[in-house]
Amino acid sequence: MAYRWKNDLKDKDVTDEGAFLNRRQLMIGMGALGAIGTGAFVGKANAAADLEPNSYEDITSYNNFYEFGTGKDDPAAYAHTLTTSPWTVKIEGMVDKPGDYAFEDIMAKMTIEERLYRFRCVEAWSAVIPWNGFELSDLLALAGVQSGAKYVGFETLYRPEEMVGQNRRTLDWPYVEGLRMDEAMNPLTIMATGIYGKDIPNQNGAPLRLVVPWKYGFKSIKSIVKITVLNEEPPCTWNQINASEYGFYSNVNPEVDHPRWSQATERKIGGGLFAGRQPTLMMNGYADQVAGMYDGMDLRKFY
Amino acid sequence: MRDLINRMARRVPAWPLYILGVVPVAYLFWLGINGGLGAEPIKALEQKIGGIGLQLLVAGLAITPLRRFFGINLIKFRRAIGLLVFFYIVVHLLVWLLIDVQDMARIWQDILKRPYITIGMVGFICMVPLAVTSNNWSVRRLGPVWRRLHRLTYIVAVLGAVYFVMLVKGFQVEPLVYLAVILGLLATRVPKRRKSAAV
Repeated sequence: MAYRWKNDLKDKDVTDEGAFLNRRQLMIGMGALGAIGTGAFVGKANAAADLEPNSYEDITSYNNFYEFGTGKDDPAAYAHTLTTSPWTVKIEGMVDKPGDYAFEDIMAKMTIEERLYRFRCVEAWSAVIPWNGFELSDLLALAGVQSGAKYVGFETLYRPEEMVGQNRRTLDWPYVEGLRMDEAMNPLTIMATGIYGKDIPNQNGAPLRLVVPWKYGFKSIKSIVKITVLNEEPPCTWNQINASEYGFYSNVNPEVDHPRWSQATERKIGGGLFAGRQPTLMMNGYADQVAGMYDGMDLRKFY
Repeated sequence: MRDLINRMARRVPAWPLYILGVVPVAYLFWLGINGGLGAEPIKALEQKIGGIGLQLLVAGLAITPLRRFFGINLIKFRRAIGLLVFFYIVVHLLVWLLIDVQDMARIWQDILKRPYITIGMVGFICMVPLAVTSNNWSVRRLGPVWRRLHRLTYIVAVLGAVYFVMLVKGFQVEPLVYLAVILGLLATRVPKRRKSAAV
C-alpha cells in the first residue's frame, strides 16, 4: 500500500531537479514549522538547511560502495561496468511464494512514490536525498510473509567481473544486511529505484536498494539480489567484521559514539570547503516515527 | 646511473624544495574552494595533505638506505624533506582543527578518546623538537645529542603508519603497504654489529 507515509515536507508532484530547487523557499517554510514541532534543532543547523536536497551531482559522485572500491569517487568511476538488466530478486525463507522475482515484474506491481529523506553515514557525513521507490512491506506482501517470521536478510550481487572492488578482500563478499520484521514493515523503510525521478544510477545501488533513513547508511544495502525471511537475526557484513563498531541495529544516535569517532555531529556534503558541522538528530530526525519500536531497549547496548 | 644522479644532485640546490613543496597545498586549497575536490572537500583535503606528508616521510627515511646500499647521495635534501613533512602534518592538523571540527571541547575529547587521534597527536608532538632543531646552529650545538634526538623520526614514522592503518574501514591494503615499507626502511638501520650502526 503506497502513500501511507506522509512526508514532513509538501508532497511533490514534480520530479526534476530544477523544480526541486525552485520549491526550496516553500520547503524552508515547511521545514521551519517542523522544527518548532520537534524542538530538536539547535545552533546554526536549522530544519531549513537540513532538508534542502543535495544536488544530483553530489548524490551520485560521493558514494560508499566498496564493491567498486573504497574511495568515495570509485563507485562513480567504476560502477558503469555493472549490468542491471536482466535483474531478478530471489525471495526465499518463510514466505508463501518463494522464487525469483524479475525486476520488471516487481516494478509493474509496485507504486513508485517520492521520499525526501535525510541520509546519515556512520562516517559522520550526511545528505538529503529525493528517492523514488516503494515500501519494502509491499514487496514482502507480494511474497507473503509467514507468521513467526521475525527478521529479513538481504544480499548484494556478487559479480567480481563487473564489480571491480570485489576482487579485493576489503569485505567478506557478498555484502549482507538485515532488519527486524517491524523495522522492515515500517512505512519509512523503502526499496529505492530512483533519485530525482531518474533510474537510480549504478553507483547508488541500481536497480534497487534498501533505504532505512533512521539507520546509518551501511544498513541500506545496495543492488539487492536476495531477500530471505527468517526467524533468527541474519548476519550483517560490518557487524561480522567488527561487532564493537557496527551493531545489528545501527540506529543513528548522537549519544552513542562509534569507538573511533563521535556521532554527535555530521557534515552535510555539498557545502564546500567552509561547511560547518550540524548536530546529528536522534534516529536521524525520525524518532517520533520509529523510536517506539525500541521502547525498553538500552540503545547503548543495542547500538 | 648512480654517478649521474650524484652529479645532478650536487648541482641542484636544496632550497627550491621548500617552494615546490608548498605548491601542492596551495593547489589543493584552490581546488577545494573551486569545487575540484568533490562533494566533501574538507575530508578530501585532510586525506590528501596527510597522505603527501606520509609519502614525504617515507622519502626522508629512504635517503640513508639509498646511500648505504646504492651509493646514491641525496643527503643534502633530507632537511628540506623533513621540514616539509612537518609542514604537511601541521596543515593537516590545522584543517582538522579550524575547518573540520571547529570546536575546542570536541577536539580535546577526540584527542583523548579516539586512539588513532591520540596516536596521531603523539606523532605530531614528537615532530616538534625535530623541526625546532633542524637548523645548523642546533646541529652544531647539540652535537651527538642531535643524532640521537633525530632518531625520534623512526617513532614518528611508525606512529604515522599505525595511525593510517587504524583510520580505515574494512581490510585495506594501502595503509598496510605504508606500514610495511616504513618498517622495512627502519629495518635497514638495525645494526648488525655495534660498530656498523648507521643513522
